[in-house]
Amino acid sequence: MSDYVYVTYIYTTPQKVWDAITKPEFARRYWVHCNVSDWKPGSRWEHRHGDDSGKVLIDGTVVESDPPRRLVITWTRPDKSKTPSRVTFDIADYAPGLTCLTVTHDQLEHDDAMAASISGGWPKVLSNLKSLLETGKTENIWLTKGKEG
Amino acid sequence: MSMDAVFKALADPSRRQLLDRLFARNGQTLNDLCGGLEMSRQAVTKHLGILEEANLIAVQWRGREKLHYLNPVPIFDVADRWIGKFERGRLRALGDLKKNLEREEK
Repeated sequence: MSDYVYVTYIYTTPQKVWDAITKPEFARRYWVHCNVSDWKPGSRWEHRHGDDSGKVLIDGTVVESDPPRRLVITWTRPDKSKTPSRVTFDIADYAPGLTCLTVTHDQLEHDDAMAASISGGWPKVLSNLKSLLETGKTENIWLTKGKEG
Repeated sequence: MSMDAVFKALADPSRRQLLDRLFARNGQTLNDLCGGLEMSRQAVTKHLGILEEANLIAVQWRGREKLHYLNPVPIFDVADRWIGKFERGRLRALGDLKKNLEREEK
C-alpha cells in the first residue's frame, strides 16, 4: 500500500489551519516552503521555496476546494517525469477549540522516491504547524536535511 | 492525545511491533496485522485501540474495511520538546554512524 495518512490535533480553529496551508506568508513560518494558488478548483498551484529564489519544487492542480474544510490537490514533479500523486487535507472540528487535520497522500505507486521523501516530510511539517499555532514557536525543519517537499 | 498517552503506547513491545509492521507496509486491516503474530486477535485489537488513542495510528475506512496507518506526527512532537534544531544534524550523523557500524559487525 503506497498511501500515507497523517493526523494532528491542534488547539486552534479550522480557518487558521486552512490559512496556514494556503497563505504563503503563513506557510513560510513553519514549512519554509509555501503554497501559491487562488485555490479555485481547476487552478494551478505551486509549492515554492520560501527563499528569494521562489523555486518551484512541486506543482499541480486544485481538484477540490471547500474552505476551510477540505482541499484536494495533485502533487506533480515540475519536470513531469513521474505520474502525479494526490494530497487531501481534511480539516474538522474535533472538540470545542480543537481542530483535527488529516493529510492523506495517495496515488504514489509510480514514484517510490517521492513516497520516501514525503513520508519523512509530512510528520515534520505537521508537527511544526501544531507548534506554531499553539505556541507561536517554530524552527527551520529542513535545516539539516536537503530539500524535501 | 497527550504526551503521556504516546509514552504509554510506546512502552509495550507488542505495540512497537505493530508499528513496525505498519512502517514496513502501511494501510493494513486487522486481519493483515494479525497474520504471523503470536498475539490473539483480541490482544491486537486492544493494542491497536491504545495506539489509536495516542494518535500513533490513523484509521481510514475503505468500504467495510478499516485500514490502519502509521502516524509518526506525535513522535516528532515529543522530539521537538528536547531536540534543538542545531543538535538535529549531529544526532542524525551519530545515528547513521551507529547504523553503519552495527551493520558491518553482522
